[in-house]
Formats: sequence, C-alpha cells, structure tokens
Amino acid sequence: MSLVAKSNKGVNLSEKTLARIEVLKSRFPEGKKKSALLTILHEVQDANDNWLSIEAMDMVAEILSIKPIEVYEVASFYTMYNQKPVGKYMFEFCRTSCCVTRGAEDLIDYTLNKLGVKEGEVTADGLFSVKATECLGACGYAPMLQLGDNYHEFLTPEKMDSLIEDCKAGKVELLSKV
Amino acid sequence: MGKKILTEHINVPGIETYEVYRKTGGYASVEKALKMTPTEIVEEVKKSGLRGRGGAGFPTGMKWSFIGKNNPVHHLVCNADESEPGTFKDRYLMEKLPHLLVEGMITSSIALEAHLSYIYIRGEYMWVYRILEKAINEAYANGWLGKNIKGSGFDLDLHVTCGAGAYICGEETALIESLEGKRGNPRIKPPFPAVVGLYGNPTVVNNVETLMDIPWIMMNGGEAFAKIGIGKSTGTKLISASGNIKKPGVYEIELNVPVEEFVMSDEYCGGMQTDRPLKACVPGGSSVPILPAELLFKTAKGEQRLMTYESMSDGGFATGSMIGSGGFIVYDDRQCIVRNTWNFSRFYAHESCGQCSPCREGTGWLEKVTWRLEHGYGKMEDIDLLWDIQRKIEGNTICPLGDAAAWPVAAAIRHFRHEFEYHVRFPEKVKDRKHFEYEPWEKVKYLMAKEEAVAV
Repeated sequence: MSLVAKSNKGVNLSEKTLARIEVLKSRFPEGKKKSALLTILHEVQDANDNWLSIEAMDMVAEILSIKPIEVYEVASFYTMYNQKPVGKYMFEFCRTSCCVTRGAEDLIDYTLNKLGVKEGEVTADGLFSVKATECLGACGYAPMLQLGDNYHEFLTPEKMDSLIEDCKAGKVELLSKV
Repeated sequence: MGKKILTEHINVPGIETYEVYRKTGGYASVEKALKMTPTEIVEEVKKSGLRGRGGAGFPTGMKWSFIGKNNPVHHLVCNADESEPGTFKDRYLMEKLPHLLVEGMITSSIALEAHLSYIYIRGEYMWVYRILEKAINEAYANGWLGKNIKGSGFDLDLHVTCGAGAYICGEETALIESLEGKRGNPRIKPPFPAVVGLYGNPTVVNNVETLMDIPWIMMNGGEAFAKIGIGKSTGTKLISASGNIKKPGVYEIELNVPVEEFVMSDEYCGGMQTDRPLKACVPGGSSVPILPAELLFKTAKGEQRLMTYESMSDGGFATGSMIGSGGFIVYDDRQCIVRNTWNFSRFYAHESCGQCSPCREGTGWLEKVTWRLEHGYGKMEDIDLLWDIQRKIEGNTICPLGDAAAWPVAAAIRHFRHEFEYHVRFPEKVKDRKHFEYEPWEKVKYLMAKEEAVAV
C-alpha cells in the first residue's frame, strides 16, 4: 500500500453528504460512533474524485472526534479506498479463478492494450484506469468488472468497446441506481 | 423439482418491495415469534438441524444457545461479507429478497434477546447495501422495527453497514472489529463472540442464508425442515455454480442431490460448457480441497457422491472435500491446475491480514513458488517446498485464513502432482498460459512417461 498523498485542493462536503454522514453516525450507539468510519470514508471518497487525500482523512477524523492515525490505518487496510488519484472511470476487473475460467485474463489484456496503460496507471486524459481485484462475487456472471457502485457482467471485447465509448460520452452512471 | 424454501417466491414481480413481500406471507414468523419465549424459538431451530451456511456448517441452534446470559445486552450480526471465491448466493438472495433477510433478523433477534442488530455487507455490493437500506426503512415504517414492535413490548433497532474490500472480514471476529470501525484483524478466541463480541457484548454472527432459513423453520416447524435432506444435512442449500458449465448461476437444492445430477442435469448446471471434458471441481469455495473428475461423482469407495456435508467430505482430505459455502467451481481440461493454484495463492497472499507470521509469510511464499512453477521457472524441489510451507501454515494461525490458504495447495499437489512435474520438466511448453487449451494433459502425458524412461 502506497503512502498517503496530499491533494492540491481542499475538501468540501456538500450539505447532502454532511446530512448522509449524520444518518450513518445515527446507526451506532453513543460512544461507538467510530463504527461509522468505513461508511463515512466511502461517502467522502465519492465526494473527493474517488480518492482519499490526507486532508480528506483528517476531515473524517474531525467528524468522528478520533485521531487521524485511526483513519489512516483503516484507509490503508481496505482495498476499496484509493490513496492516490485514480481515473474518473476505474475499471476494477475480477481476476480470481472463476472469472479466469471464462476469459478474464484475456479481457484485462484487451482493455489495457486498448487504453494503452499498465495496471494502476491513469490515461493521459485522466478518464480511465484499470485495476485487477480479487473475487467480487459475480463468479456465475463472468467475466466482469466493477465501475463505481455498479457491476458490468458477461463481458466481451465488444461490450468493453461500447462501455468505453459510453464512458467517454458521459453516459455511464457511477453511483448505485437504487 | 426439489423443494424450494428460500427461492419459492423469488420470481414474483415486486417481491423486493414490502407490499408484495407481505402479501406472500412475509413477516408472519415475527408475529409468531413475538408470542413465544426465546428458549422455545431456539429449541425449534435446534430441532431443524440447520447448520451455518457460511461455510463452517456449525449447528445454528447450538451457536445461539451459547450466547452469554451474564450480560443482558446482546447483538445479532448478519455476515453478508460474502467474499469466498466461487460464492455469490447471498448477493442473489439479498438483491431479490431483502425483506426475507430483515424478517429473519427480527425473528432471530427475538430468540437471542438482541435489541440492536446489524447487517454487515461487503463494500463492493454497494447497490445491494442500498436495497437493504430501503427494505429496513420500509420495515420501520410498517412497525416491524423500532420501539414496542406490534405492541409486544419488544424493541429492536436493525441497521445495515458496509465493509470496504477485505476477504478477512468474513471471519466473524474480524467482521466485528471492522464493524467497530477498525482494521479487520481477527481476535484471539476464546473468548468467543457469544461471550465477548461487538462492543464487548455477547454477539451471534450468522450468514445471510442461515438467517433467511429461520422464518420457514418458524412457520413450518423444525421437524419439517429436518425431514428435507439426508442425516445431519437438513433442509435446502443454495449452491453458486460457476466455471466451465453450461448454466452458471445460483441453484437451491435439497441436501440429497447426487453431484453428477447437479452438474449434468438441465435443472441445474446443464452439463459442461463445451465438448471439453470435466477435469476438476472445487465444490465449496476456493478454500476447500480440489477434487479430480474421478473423485467428484463417486467417492473413493465407489459410492455415489451426494451434495451433503457428509458425502462431500467422505474420504477426508485424502479423497474428499467439503461443501463449504456452496461455491461450486467446475474446471474443464483447458484449465491448468498449477495456474489455478497460483491464482488462489495470490488471492490468499493478498487477503492475509498480516497478523500471524505463518500466514503473512507463508502465503507470500506460496504465491511466489506457485508463480515460478506456473511460469516455467520452477524446480522439482519446489513441489516439496510448497508442501512444507502449507503444512507449516495449517493450524498455526489465529483464524482459519491460514488453513484456507494451505488446503488448496495441498489438494492440488495431492491429486495433480503430475501437472506440477510437467511444468518443471517442460518449461517451454507452459510459457503460454493457454497451453492446456491447445494441448490438454491427456495429449501430453505420454511425454512424461518418455522422460521417465530416459531417466531410468
């Protein structure tokens, strides 16, 4: 896990996000509000271009009245928290056995080639990055990837092409539709 | 068609909404449970013979009866951190039947005298998390949650919260740590969560499917549940089928279906994906031993193998496996066992929390050594080295992740040592990761015999 990075801009949370954070905190008893840390980090990451800068994490520490290190150590443990900037559209491919039996490795290679990046790199226009992840629980619908909150399943090179085009056209929703 | 306990109404349009769910008889088990004593409910669950559906198969009623009576504050936590490779049944259930989980949580909380319960779902299932939030809000709005539920005097708050990408949080004490807003490092047991769990209070952690079975058991009786299945494998189980089969997906089976019928019949997997033959199967999620084709449909004794806890483990680890989480992964002869073992080892190395040295160091070694074997840089001694490493991890760690990393490696060597040896002897032939797609083992095994003849 890389060291935490500083952002070049401040973190501003919208009224909506702040209200959501209050809801998340209300789920836990008095004195146990730290339990909301993981869910709050998801919210703050969504509000901060999908990554957690030092400033963002310090803000969460303040919200929960805990020490910054308590936030850093959690952010660095869980793989869904990005500690450096990522592409606006980050394709997170499942690379575990079941997806491999259905061609996940070929599809990851295809996507990296098409975008002209290596795993973990961001395209020059800042739009795309590719990350290989461990089992996402979609083994029967392989190969698949996660994009934002949503899963894209039964993928083929053709479907990958159109997904990339749709992203470029701004037609792909990153947040959960529910 | 076998009996469906959980998925009977799954295709009813709108079943994910409160209104439709209630119309199909939803929440009746809560009404019934509110009129019973907690002990009566626990006894009913004991009678059912229900075993935990997360993988370990521990009897649920017994687990419930361990809850610490010394401390009046109890919690029920639903483990929805489904992350065992090959397993995707809980996601299917929660997407379609969120209210069945809420109902199961309420009824079970009554049995455990828990007044604050949580569902902990993996962070990647973000849309399912929203579905559950919605269902919980609907349950509150209709008086099934909150203070004085339906005038019974029983209070219950139920919330959903999520993780952020860590397989280890499926281990119950790591899950509790994570639920407390910390890194998912498993705790040393004892004390068990039933005595010291969430916030130090007695806590029961149950799998999604287990909790969803409770309403049926309450409405139909434990004995009716125990009548389904064979012996100590009672009721139905959801199997997540994936890999090289015609119809990957989630199937609810009675715990008595022959494995051959499950793989080959159109009711379930529909046979193999193509005309390439079956090579191996991991029948219960990545952690359980892989079985070669000849040990899948029949046990070593030549008896028909069934989808039950007992039959699947017949022969122990020497010639059997485990039903585990029901993550049933099928491999045809295009798949390379060495590559697959490396894939699993990489998974466990990535997911080890790093607390215990045998697991932290051992999983890294397993990954490196399987990598070099797979990529044609291995030596013959590496196979014994792998055996030695896995043996030193197993049983020497705080939580079962160490065992889970060791078992797939041991089983692969036990049943497919010849493929490891092939990788060492013919490094040029294995450079292309699709080598078995072009030349399956059956076509190249004569090379091994030749080589041996020369060596002699």
